[in-house]
Amino acid sequence: MMDVRGLGVLLETLCPMFLLLDNDGRIVQVGPTLQKLRPERAMAEQNFLDLFQLVRPRTVSTVPVLMSMAGAKLHLRFHDEPRTALKGLITPLPDQGGTVINLSFGISILDAVSDYALTSADFSGADLAIELLYLVEAKSAAMEASRSLNQRLQDARVAAEEQAFTDTLTGLKNRRAMDHILGQMASTQTDFALMHLDLDFFKSVNDRLGHAAGDFVLQEAARIMVEETRSDDAVVRMGGDEFVIFFRNLTDEKKLSAIAGRLIGRLREPMSFDQNPCRISASIGTAISTQFDILKPAEILHAADLALYEAKRNGRSRHHLFSDIASSVQREHMVKPR
Amino acid sequence: MHGLINRAVQSFVCATYGQACWLRVAAAAELGFVELEAMLVYDADTSLRVLDALCADRNRARAEMLEDLGTYLVSHPNTEGLRRLLRFGGVTYVEFLHSLDDLSDRVRLAASDLSLPALELRELSGAEYQLHCFPGLPGYSSVMVGVLRAMADDYGALVMLSHDGQQGDADVITIALVESSFAEGRQFELGARRP
Repeated sequence: MMDVRGLGVLLETLCPMFLLLDNDGRIVQVGPTLQKLRPERAMAEQNFLDLFQLVRPRTVSTVPVLMSMAGAKLHLRFHDEPRTALKGLITPLPDQGGTVINLSFGISILDAVSDYALTSADFSGADLAIELLYLVEAKSAAMEASRSLNQRLQDARVAAEEQAFTDTLTGLKNRRAMDHILGQMASTQTDFALMHLDLDFFKSVNDRLGHAAGDFVLQEAARIMVEETRSDDAVVRMGGDEFVIFFRNLTDEKKLSAIAGRLIGRLREPMSFDQNPCRISASIGTAISTQFDILKPAEILHAADLALYEAKRNGRSRHHLFSDIASSVQREHMVKPR
Repeated sequence: MHGLINRAVQSFVCATYGQACWLRVAAAAELGFVELEAMLVYDADTSLRVLDALCADRNRARAEMLEDLGTYLVSHPNTEGLRRLLRFGGVTYVEFLHSLDDLSDRVRLAASDLSLPALELRELSGAEYQLHCFPGLPGYSSVMVGVLRAMADDYGALVMLSHDGQQGDADVITIALVESSFAEGRQFELGARRP
């Protein structure tokens, strides 16, 4: 039969965080790693309950109750700082010979290794503490790499959206692209015509059949506009049901009127969404770059806008050239209608 | 090939030869981009093209270049995290050598989709070891020579390393331990926190 001394030697090897208590709850012997947590204060000879507070089970505050808890799991912490949490198992020695408590850090291991400068020599070879620390560090590194990738992807997405020149619903160019096109045409002194096109009755399709139908109509209208223009013309969706078409090197008003007529004709043909007929049309105003002595992008847009307004005022579903109304505009100082 | 490996190569090139060299290599390898991502997976071919372009740019043999990569991975501050993970392997250099048997499993714990070839340490005597590197990643044994050399410095051990050809399908590295605590070595604390 092994004496208590022999048992202590054995425990020091197997469980470096053990406590051997006598029947009065006094610490007889302490494992080297556990003692390392309180280098200034020898644990031997002290009362267990003076050193540790039992967190679970909470009811234990006296030595006899503690001693009666054979095989129980304990959650405890130091009374003094740092109040490291420990977990453990209590088991009595035979023949009223005292009690052994084996402790470990559990989840508090992460703080403990820094608070107490522990090394792998402080843990039993059977302890998974080192593997746990390894895993935490490896996972943190992997998470960090993942986070940084996500951040870069997010930044790239925002940048791509900011730089995008495409209207995502219709695949046409967007308003930002239009500013570029206008600027470029002005700086290279390219002659061009600018058509401002508004869909008529679009709002009623949207209200009556819902947004899905509205989106469908916009996509169909976009397709028609692309089909009715040349590949180096540019079709822009300004937003809502408002479009702008640039005709590069085309300033012939007859040809432009013919194109506008074809556009209106095709846009008036009924479309069918989920077997519901959607009827729209288009009003168009056209301005030509050669009508201006010095081309300012805002001015030609405004001119096309005035022509469009005239088309709407005259009953929609029609085309007006800015040149038709230019003289009256100059006379009346007509302001931009909205 | 796992992005972590590719990213390691990029990091090595930038830290050792500079950003300009990396841009040349990325262009010569026809990547079509200049940033490799650690958390994406690339074609095996991508990694080989980068490596060939690098060796051509620096006019050096592939094995030498990979040894330097291994050394970089352990000794450069950029990759301090990796050194720490390797130091979890043991308190002494010999313990570290033995932990290499578990390296591919440990790597899988950290990144489950990164599979590295098996390593097997054979102890010929207390002072002589052989590391068998099994196939799966071309050039892995060259990288390991660099890692073993740099880790010896890290532990303060004095070792002689030699690449001893093949046994079966494994590349063999011989490690002669001259002095296990030759120098002070670098500090390692379990609880070190990243800044």
